Amino acid sequence: MSRQVTIGQRIFNIFNVILLTAAAVICIVPFIHIVAVSFSNAAAVQGGMVKFWPVNFTAEPYRYVLEREEFWLSFGITLQRVAIGAIVNIFLVIVLSYPLSKSVEKLRTRTLYVWFFFFTLLFNGGLVPNYLLVKELGLLNSIWALVLPGAVPVFSIILMLNFFREIPEELEDAAFVDGASHWRILFQVYVPLSLPAVATISLFAIVFHWNMWFDGLIYMKSDKYPLQTYLQTIVSAFQNISILSNTELMRLANLNDRSIKAAQLIIGALPVLLVYPYLQKYFVTGIKLGGVKG
Amino acid sequence: MRRESTNSNGIGPCSLHGPIFPEWRNHILLKQAKSRRELPLHLMLLPGVLLVVIFSYIPMTGIVIAFQQFNPVKGLFGDQEFVGLANFEYVFSLPNIWQVVWNTISIAVMKIISGLFVPIVISLLLNELRHVLFKRITQTIIYFPYFLSWVILSGILIDILSPTTGLVNMVITALGLDPLYFLGDNKWFPFTMVASDVWKNFGFNTVLYLAAITSIDPSLYEAAEIDGANRWKQTWHVTLPGIQSVIILLTVLSLGSVLEAGFDQIFNMYSPQVYESGDIIDTMVYRMGLLQSQYSASTAVGLLKSGVSLLLISVSYYTAYRLFRYRVF
Repeated sequence: MSRQVTIGQRIFNIFNVILLTAAAVICIVPFIHIVAVSFSNAAAVQGGMVKFWPVNFTAEPYRYVLEREEFWLSFGITLQRVAIGAIVNIFLVIVLSYPLSKSVEKLRTRTLYVWFFFFTLLFNGGLVPNYLLVKELGLLNSIWALVLPGAVPVFSIILMLNFFREIPEELEDAAFVDGASHWRILFQVYVPLSLPAVATISLFAIVFHWNMWFDGLIYMKSDKYPLQTYLQTIVSAFQNISILSNTELMRLANLNDRSIKAAQLIIGALPVLLVYPYLQKYFVTGIKLGGVKG
Repeated sequence: MRRESTNSNGIGPCSLHGPIFPEWRNHILLKQAKSRRELPLHLMLLPGVLLVVIFSYIPMTGIVIAFQQFNPVKGLFGDQEFVGLANFEYVFSLPNIWQVVWNTISIAVMKIISGLFVPIVISLLLNELRHVLFKRITQTIIYFPYFLSWVILSGILIDILSPTTGLVNMVITALGLDPLYFLGDNKWFPFTMVASDVWKNFGFNTVLYLAAITSIDPSLYEAAEIDGANRWKQTWHVTLPGIQSVIILLTVLSLGSVLEAGFDQIFNMYSPQVYESGDIIDTMVYRMGLLQSQYSASTAVGLLKSGVSLLLISVSYYTAYRLFRYRVF
């Protein structure tokens, strides 16, 4: 279909491209700047010469960060929580969503169960009771304090159970007639048919555990902080300005505090950057599954 | 149905000693088969139920701390002294409490409004783009910040917003203006929070609206074009009405977050000098509870917030259900 492009439309198109480019630039430029700072020499950073490209390129800030024991300790804690936490999350989401996706005829107490889980989204005991509970269970400073309180991600369950409900009931009935148990039906019929949804909730679980910092701050001692909590104590500079600035090593190596922070931020963001293509791929599916339909 | 017919025959569910008719026996067998089918389902739910009881419902009972003179030595389940509403009286006697409530609501409401407006505009603009590759690249870029934690984003923002070395102020001074202390000035802090929240989240919501826009029936546009509607009129009379329900739905649902000003974000960027404009209920609860160990007062504030939030969320979900038959599950 050929279409006459009027002058007004042409002006709008130009304006539109400029505006959207600006929006994209605002989203990406801060990251480019931080990357540039992290790879720049101290004098250049100090002199405010670094904009969007490293000045007097150096990888020294990264070497400095990667040689710190605290960094590797916190990185290890994060790897543990991502591995254990995500596996627990994914397993529970799959196993809980299956019965919750059944009709009331097949599970008479379904509505009760759904409300039982859903209510935790509406109301919670608050910070102090949660903290005291973890303390009294003796979980303080243990990896389980980072895994168990968030073990049941209700949003992911809603997403997953909505996906399971799209699977024709006849498949389940047929498998049942063939003698398959619920567990077998779940893992040999439902899960293989729901791989996009499983991928979505897996990515959410991994990113959630990688990004989570507050529980580390309140439940763990500083030598067991996960990476994001460790970064938090460095980054929120107003409270903790002394952590890095007095290090003698820094002056010796002629390093800039800003570059070191920038390098740590980039390392902290890197894994998310690596899974970003996958996040994107499953992301729209995820939203659509989430129940927000036009 | 089956049960009713047996009842009309005079054999009620309780008359097990009476003669068992085949029909009635089938009913029992069916029921047994059904519950045998149900048992594994209950077992599947068990671990999750236990975890939720322990880590969600037990802390909910912990709200009694708000009515106690809590002694941490005796513990969460200890025999604590009840003091009625004394903690609430104390909280409301604090000089800054209403300022904190105001900060919370004003920041949250500004975030809700701009968080609705910006993504709608951007998604409409993206929808007008002819160039597919440019559209995809833009989409990809704008929701990148969404997936990063506020720790990382705050670190980046603190750097680029610094009054002396920050990129943003370098631009501002280059234009001949005075540098702005975005995170240290009470005049700017709340708006910086709102703007950076939009920056993090608008891409996500844009994609959401775009998904709604693409599900609009293309024949509506064709019909509009035949009627002589230009692109602007098509947007106004086809696209917007097409996503109207999504917009209203999200607006209604956002009512529930009027007290959510964003702990993760503010906690990582505020400092004592901007408490006046930036201290919110959640940061106050944290400082009172975990830094100053005022367990009871902190729980009281938290309980008030959770209670009001519960009410607001219930109203918003109910409204969404009445208006759109919207159901979460």
